[in-house]
Amino acid sequence: MLIKKPSDIKASEITDEKHYKDRRKFMQVGLGLAGAAAIPGLWLPGPVHAAREKLQGVQPSQYSSTEKPTSYKDITTYNNFYEFGTSKTDPAKYAHTLKPEPWSIAIEGEVAKPGNYHLEDMIKASTLEERIYRFRCVEAWGMVIPWVGLSLGDMLKRFEPTSRAKYVEFTTLYDLKQMPGQRRSVLNWPYVEGLGINEAMHPLSIMAVGLYGEVLPNQNGAPLRLVVPWKYGFKNIKSIVKIRFTETMPRSTWAASAPREYGFYANVNPAVNHPRWSQAKERIIGSGSIFARRKKTLMFNGYAEQVAHLYAGMDLRKNF
Amino acid sequence: MNNQTQWYVKPVVFVLCLLPFAYLLFGVLTSADFLGANPVEYLAHRTGDWGLRFMLIVLMVSPLRRLTGWSGLLKFRRLLGLFAFFYVTLHLVVYVGLDLGFNWPDLGEDILERPYITVGFTAWLLLIPLALTSTRKMMRVLGRRWKKLHQLVYLIAFAGVVHYVWLVKKDLSEPLIYVGIFVVLMLLRLPARLTKQPQVN
Repeated sequence: MLIKKPSDIKASEITDEKHYKDRRKFMQVGLGLAGAAAIPGLWLPGPVHAAREKLQGVQPSQYSSTEKPTSYKDITTYNNFYEFGTSKTDPAKYAHTLKPEPWSIAIEGEVAKPGNYHLEDMIKASTLEERIYRFRCVEAWGMVIPWVGLSLGDMLKRFEPTSRAKYVEFTTLYDLKQMPGQRRSVLNWPYVEGLGINEAMHPLSIMAVGLYGEVLPNQNGAPLRLVVPWKYGFKNIKSIVKIRFTETMPRSTWAASAPREYGFYANVNPAVNHPRWSQAKERIIGSGSIFARRKKTLMFNGYAEQVAHLYAGMDLRKNF
Repeated sequence: MNNQTQWYVKPVVFVLCLLPFAYLLFGVLTSADFLGANPVEYLAHRTGDWGLRFMLIVLMVSPLRRLTGWSGLLKFRRLLGLFAFFYVTLHLVVYVGLDLGFNWPDLGEDILERPYITVGFTAWLLLIPLALTSTRKMMRVLGRRWKKLHQLVYLIAFAGVVHYVWLVKKDLSEPLIYVGIFVVLMLLRLPARLTKQPQVN
């Protein structure tokens, strides 16, 4: 027999369905209007299952790559998001259960302004920029992705980290209903990732909220995800609900699950191989022909000039 | 059961065995959508799947024959075995040709440094003598030694399963299905030896 805990009972089961739906709709409209009044011209998240929605006021960025972006279709149908299944085609199929709106983020730890913040409030003071970045998965494939996002450093500074904040830890939503893949203990849920504070404050690091000038699709980590282009893809944690400033190095999920294979830093490095595959080359997704050659992987994914100084004097073989 | 198989059964089985290949070939020739965003990876995975499946199908022949008493099944073992070799070779060609672009130093590094590739490549090497000696004539020439040689099939199937388990990043559920089937097929061979005794008595 199945006895439901109170937390398992959905509001929709208690409240008459029509009233429940009306209330949800009312809340969505309400939030939308409140946001619209506060930030003219800025995008507002639409209702659940919204069609592809354009973001307003997106500025170009000097940090963008001039390479040809991978197609929208490839970016949105081939990616890892184990919260929706372990196959790279699963996220596109199953991420519709995620409700990216309304969304709030808990800010904790070594900050002067901790608290729960609405997503809208967190991004309203920032300019949205298009950042066309190379993306390199630890599985030796790569893409070029036109993200839309805001500077992570600018966003984090507003919470006024203290001098003890040496690291930033990010946590993904944990919700078996919205993320059915979490029912299987493939990884130790919820997904956790972290950055050194200097990495987080680097101008290349962004919090992405969009793709191809539109609202970020669920399968790519809606409503907001980390993008740190010189690191392997798994560092770019998705659907973030918590940001914690810490004095000690966070315990990131993949590094904890297989410490020999995945490190905390996870900087793209063609000279340090994964124990089971080479990192010297990568297959570029969507390069047209099955006869296309793999491309040589670049140190720090081609961002060495901007980020190499962060790791000066560090043994990158040990700190992989 | 009738041990006489109809003349058309073998060609039908042959065509059935070719269907996965035909499907993949159709995909490549038409750049079909089902190849996905990473067609090379898709082709490598699917040909690998079928190579391993045929290896296990071959191992099913003997237990099935004992179960059904239909010795006509044995007539398909060579055909199925050669198809296993065909799909495993195709898998290797996709990996060496399409994925590595015939880069021999890269291939050498993979074989030497990555255990799952070492094991997979060894399995393919061991399949070659079995394919070459699969003819009736070679069976006659080798006599008793033929059977000894072809017992390598157990080792090869084991290597294939290990190859799959070792290459998977985290979610072992699919490779473990193959492990399970392999273990069951090997266990089914135990009673064959054990029950022979009472039959003699």
